[in-house]
Amino acid sequence: MSGPSKYKPKSAFGKWMHERLPVMELVQGQIMDFPTPRNLNYWWTFGGILAIMLVAQLITGIVLAMHYTAHVDMAFDSVEHIMRDVNYGWLLRYLHANGASMFFIAVYVHMFRGMYYGSYKAPREVLWMIGVLIYLVMMATAFMGYVLPWGQMSFWGAKVITNLFSAIPFVGESVTTWLWGGYSVDNPTLNRFFSLHYLLPFVLAGLVGLHIWALHVPGNGNPTGVNVRGSQDTVPFHPYYTMKDGFAIVVFFILFAAFTFFAPNYLGHAINYLPANPLVTPAHIVPEWYYLPFYAILRAIPDKLLGVIAMFGSILILFVLPWLDTSRVRSGTYRPIFKQFFWVFVLVCIGLGYLGSKPAEGGYVFWARILTAYYFIHFLVILPLLGLLESPKPLPPSISDSVLAKKKAVGAG
Amino acid sequence: MKKMLKTLASATASLLLLAGAASAAEGQKDAKAISYSFEGPFGTFDKGQLQRGYKVYKEVCANCHAMKLVSFRNLSELGGPGFSIEQVKALAATFTVNDGPGNDGEMFDRPGLPSDRFPAPFANEQAAAAANGGALPPDLSLITKFRPGWYGTFNQLANGIGGPQYVYSILTGYEEPSEEIKAEMPEGKSYNPYFANGHFIAMASPLVDGQVDFDDGAPNKVDDMARDVSAFLAWTAEPKMEERKSLGFMVLIYLAVLALLLYFVKKKVWADQH
Repeated sequence: MSGPSKYKPKSAFGKWMHERLPVMELVQGQIMDFPTPRNLNYWWTFGGILAIMLVAQLITGIVLAMHYTAHVDMAFDSVEHIMRDVNYGWLLRYLHANGASMFFIAVYVHMFRGMYYGSYKAPREVLWMIGVLIYLVMMATAFMGYVLPWGQMSFWGAKVITNLFSAIPFVGESVTTWLWGGYSVDNPTLNRFFSLHYLLPFVLAGLVGLHIWALHVPGNGNPTGVNVRGSQDTVPFHPYYTMKDGFAIVVFFILFAAFTFFAPNYLGHAINYLPANPLVTPAHIVPEWYYLPFYAILRAIPDKLLGVIAMFGSILILFVLPWLDTSRVRSGTYRPIFKQFFWVFVLVCIGLGYLGSKPAEGGYVFWARILTAYYFIHFLVILPLLGLLESPKPLPPSISDSVLAKKKAVGAG
Repeated sequence: MKKMLKTLASATASLLLLAGAASAAEGQKDAKAISYSFEGPFGTFDKGQLQRGYKVYKEVCANCHAMKLVSFRNLSELGGPGFSIEQVKALAATFTVNDGPGNDGEMFDRPGLPSDRFPAPFANEQAAAAANGGALPPDLSLITKFRPGWYGTFNQLANGIGGPQYVYSILTGYEEPSEEIKAEMPEGKSYNPYFANGHFIAMASPLVDGQVDFDDGAPNKVDDMARDVSAFLAWTAEPKMEERKSLGFMVLIYLAVLALLLYFVKKKVWADQH
């Protein structure tokens, strides 16, 4: 993928294999020797963390599916059967449920890192867009997974989200009926959600493959945003980044384990331990924390259709981010004004999340409207103008220069 | 890296702000913050308390409430009330279970077995509601997990959702309502400010002092029985809690050591680059 490989098979079997399926050449070139900028900081480790989390979710999920029953009369009890009777079933389920949250924590860090360091800029636009697609599929997968235990919030969350499609003009009702497989959220809905929840992670795995492929063509970006100029700027991926990522993954696992073993239900909703009841609506229907900012945007707009458009628009706008940001400087480190707007944007997203968890009334709606407006202004006004108006700080001549300068500063200080 | 840790810490703090930000049901009074032996990262169940709690459940609660997720055999399993297998067999046999159909095609009654679930007091939910003034007594298996005693993102992170405290507060929280409230109170309901669905609860105050005699001679005031039965209900909701905490402790130690080792490996590998 990036130039002729230096791989030379050593053993007779290696040679035989190489002439038939050069898989070792791929491993050597793309994993072991892959030239990686030597100045990547720990924010870059979240890509590896995400890959591991996907694998962890797949493994726990496949085993859970061996014990789960996708039927409205049995789903809730089958989950409790996993919790009580299956060997280490409680561990599998808590790992899977908390793993979803950890997956989203990591993906948000990964995305904000990309935004701060301009990782979406040429020549990495396709890499970024595949990433946005991965995020969308992740959201759909997590949503359908949350429906499977068939608790109160599973049912009512499914109802609220699928009902959004009824806002589509003319065909909305038919689309919703089609999604449900009937005239309400019921057994056919649960069955198809289970089927899709099992399918989509493999779609994700495929997309991740493309994401890594698209990464390995231009190579990694880096905190300076300056292009790699030669071998003095890079180190081989192994052992330098296998060890750095490995350390970061284990540290991330400590957070994961802390939640799984000592606060396993904290990130969920208590009311989901009550079996689904179509006749009793919970006082507050709130999605999982990772959807809250989008839920706030949805409810900020009084018109249902426009609300749905704004909510999906807030994600789809990320697809065109590479063209909305007009600055030719990649890294936020050298963009003093952008840097401030970036952190304001992060706070706005967190603020939207907070408002999404509150009932849609009074002051909460007012602030949700302000922050929703700001969210779109950030992409549609601030980023395009900033690129034209801001004068960036001088860039270091090369990656190795910047590393040496840092070393000097540390030595002097 | 220090800067990054700082940023991560503040980001985590703001995430937590989002996570548990559920709002309290209208006017529910925060549960009384009593403490239990099973709280905290090292807390374990008090076996004696669970056995007493089972007795309160069996003699009082089970007259109206089902507990369909728990089997007799669970009572002798590790991390639970610690009854012996013989005790559980004898206990199960005191119940009559309708089973079948047998080879003759008829349903038949037989003595309970350890593998049986706790029998429900009514044939179905409709019968249960009909016998209780139209209000269905909820299944108690998971009540300490689905009924928070208090709310607030940081409060729940530090103190849990207060499920057992909710049960305790309901059982000990019946009050004589003021004349004003009395006027609003529907026929056949009682006033309990801790109740999650408004202040009027269909269950009349279920416990009186000295109602259940404990085999170990422990005190049996309403307060004691409420503590014991709420602890028992914490166990029925999370029967693997002790296993979870002890395994979690080992996993954390393992990960911490592994992280430390990897940190030094990483440092050594990068030594020629920095």
